[in-house]
Amino acid sequence: MNRYPLWKNALIALVLVAGLIYSLPNLFGESPAVQISSTTGSAKVDTALVTRVENMLKSANLQDTGVYLDPATLKVRFKSTDTQLKAKDVLQNQLGQDYVVALNLVSRSPAWLQSLGALPMYLGLDLRGGVHFLMQVDMKAAVTMAMDRNLGEIRADLRDGDIHYSGIMRQGDEIDIKFPDKDSADKASSEISKQFPDLLLTGSGSGSEYGVTLTLKPAAVKSIQDFAIQQNITTLRNRVNELGVAEPIIQQQGADRVVVELPGVQDTAKAKDILGRTATLEIHMVDDEHDLKAAIAGEVPFGDELLKDRDGNPILVKKNVVLTGEHINDAKPGFDNRTNEAAVHINLDSTGSRIFKQITADNVGKRMAILLIDRGRAEVVTAPVIREEIGGGRVQISGHMTTSEAHDVALLLRAGALAAPMEIIEERTVGPSLGADNISKGFDSTLFGFIAISIFMTIYYLAFGLVSVVALGANLLLLVAVLSISQATLTLPGMAGIALTLGMAIDANVLINERIRDELRNGVSPQAAINAGYERAFGTIMDSNITTLIAGMALFIFGSGPVKGFAFVLCLGILTSMFSAVLVSRAIINFAYGRRRVAKLLIG
Amino acid sequence: MEFFRIKKDIPFMSYGRFTTAISLVTFIAAVLLLATRGLHFGIDFTGGTVMEVHYGHIVDIEKIRSSLKSIPDVSVQNFGTSQDVLIRLPLKANVSGARESEIVLSALKGEDPSAQMRRVEFVGPQVGKELVANGSLALLLVSLGIMGYLAIRFEWRFALAAIIANLHDVVIILGFFSFFQWEFSLPVLAAVLAVLGYSVNESVVVFDRIRENFRTMRKSTVPEIINNAITRTMSRTVITHGCTQLMVTSMLFFGGAALHYFALALTIGILFGIYSSVLVASPIVMWLGVSRADFVKPEKRAEAG
Repeated sequence: MNRYPLWKNALIALVLVAGLIYSLPNLFGESPAVQISSTTGSAKVDTALVTRVENMLKSANLQDTGVYLDPATLKVRFKSTDTQLKAKDVLQNQLGQDYVVALNLVSRSPAWLQSLGALPMYLGLDLRGGVHFLMQVDMKAAVTMAMDRNLGEIRADLRDGDIHYSGIMRQGDEIDIKFPDKDSADKASSEISKQFPDLLLTGSGSGSEYGVTLTLKPAAVKSIQDFAIQQNITTLRNRVNELGVAEPIIQQQGADRVVVELPGVQDTAKAKDILGRTATLEIHMVDDEHDLKAAIAGEVPFGDELLKDRDGNPILVKKNVVLTGEHINDAKPGFDNRTNEAAVHINLDSTGSRIFKQITADNVGKRMAILLIDRGRAEVVTAPVIREEIGGGRVQISGHMTTSEAHDVALLLRAGALAAPMEIIEERTVGPSLGADNISKGFDSTLFGFIAISIFMTIYYLAFGLVSVVALGANLLLLVAVLSISQATLTLPGMAGIALTLGMAIDANVLINERIRDELRNGVSPQAAINAGYERAFGTIMDSNITTLIAGMALFIFGSGPVKGFAFVLCLGILTSMFSAVLVSRAIINFAYGRRRVAKLLIG
Repeated sequence: MEFFRIKKDIPFMSYGRFTTAISLVTFIAAVLLLATRGLHFGIDFTGGTVMEVHYGHIVDIEKIRSSLKSIPDVSVQNFGTSQDVLIRLPLKANVSGARESEIVLSALKGEDPSAQMRRVEFVGPQVGKELVANGSLALLLVSLGIMGYLAIRFEWRFALAAIIANLHDVVIILGFFSFFQWEFSLPVLAAVLAVLGYSVNESVVVFDRIRENFRTMRKSTVPEIINNAITRTMSRTVITHGCTQLMVTSMLFFGGAALHYFALALTIGILFGIYSSVLVASPIVMWLGVSRADFVKPEKRAEAG
């Protein structure tokens, strides 16, 4: 009796070994590194870049401890943060604006561990330092802005169609149009319902005044709002890329919120500035008359600018601004309805339409360039040829585009500005020194608590206490391993959760040990007492763990941020403790007592 | 070693009136405190800005206060050490809260360049309201979940008794936070809910024994059965809670300011948890009229304990 079958022992050993391997990376810590990623399609992250970077570091006399290339990024490890900071400046200066050089931390664990996918725990911002923003997208404003755009377009449409109206205005999310006679009202209604499928028309009026009220269809409201948040996320992502943050998180939360987490960012003022900034779009004419090669050689003609397009090809553009992005209402990917080629459909507002009509009429056959200007740096998004005069404000860009390129261009044209205003409604910034402090405090709490429990348990329950301590250690090992594997964010409350779970997990062993003593007191033989102790305590352990699990799950569902981390650890710890307190401790007891005749148990 | 070598059962149930009276008095005191003084809610719930600023030398709080004079309603206090200060700003109607921390920091840096930002937390009004709502909902869900589980596992009387006993703990923890005006933050709420789940364990263990005793101690009265169950589980109760408390005490001493109130809430919860789940829950079960017939079902359905 009191022997586990071989498979059970093997399984326990296997789980513990796996736990050991996957929690190991946490011991090696992380070294400072810089991470290089590309901002444009033309700047490749490849082996050529590796040699370039290595040469740059060598000539700057900076010693790295390893260069790693993964599909999208290049990481260079350094011994000290001092070298890391110097290297960042050197690399950013020499690589130029095509690459983002960001500070990062890279696991110091050996290659064989990394090849197993074993990573250290993912530390939350309160432990590693950084900025957390929760931003609220103003959905009402998104709808209002959409209605404003519609208003402008309808006004232009009515004017173009020679339909008379006596007044047009937006009231809240409605557009009211007044007509002097029924005929105009009917004509306008049929025109509007044809051109604006998203709008719902309700006619009213009598006598001398006919009115039409336009509202957005519910489906259209939803699509406007979905679009607004998607576009804002895209814009934020573009901007964060320029901050040079190694592992930013930009995520939608709920229907109208965006979470932005920037690990390692210290300068919150700058971060807020960049996140809140609006990039601008400009339309210029392309200068195809002058020699491009001469311009590249340095002789840029007067009144021109030498820019690059998305693929890095140089292009000569006139400095004179034809149209600014303010006049672009919308840009959508689609198809040319004649050739069926991929195209981008752009909608201009009424002023924009008028200017655009004039420009296109004067420049048929020439090229125009659409520029994205962000932080004073201009890039040509696309440079299409003007085929004919374009009126009505509906512009189509097509030719030599794949559907995904069309999608990208549309996105870029839209991303210039936010679709709806955003406001920071929550900020949590933790400096790096506080983060490191928090780690050591969380670690110390767990360590000293663990030591105290170990001493007490060993004195009180002797051999069985020692086994309980080993089981508790196994619990810690498994908990850290699961946290490392799942890469769930570990926060300071999460670390408190680890400590608390350990303090609570010992309960299972206390229950078992007390039961065994109880049985011994009742005169049961040692072997039978062990068996009965484990068997009978199990029901109670289950019960008591389930109530804590209920609390943990409620916290996980309703908790936010740091509390969620605590709840996750709590739930996880309960599950691992069931394994370690019952199976691991029993296996050890079986090894110690199981195969022989025992006169007395060393249980105090 | 053994702390509790008790030969005879301790007649806990005869103290029932006394212990319940103590509970009632503390409970009412806690409720009164909560009603009159209320809780000192942290910015997680009220909204506002909290900043932790570290200086390279010992700081003069008065000097900082005077340099922030232009900002209304700002509160400055020492935090942890004499080199750290905590600055609180309430929500204001017209100012963008996210910007305010920068104004303060630049004012401080202008005055003393060694000022270094350690932490900034800003919570907008809408977030605070949501957290209050979610917190209450979590409390309700935990209570219902535990009651449901106990009702299935035991019997409705046990479920009711356990939840009364443990909600009484929660109210008393809140009472302490109200009395001392300790800051009630999100981690404290998490601690309170964790305690709720944890100290129900205690009731579960006692109830388990009571149920077992109903089957084995056929000749005993209900109070005798409960007394025996409590006496026999007492050793485990004290040791388990003692171990958890060792861990929490370690957090209290080594966890720093960030974990201070979290550990404090746990400490109160654990201490009152022992008391209430043993000396409050069991008398309630008795008064609710639990009897042997509720557990000793016809032979066929009897299960092994």
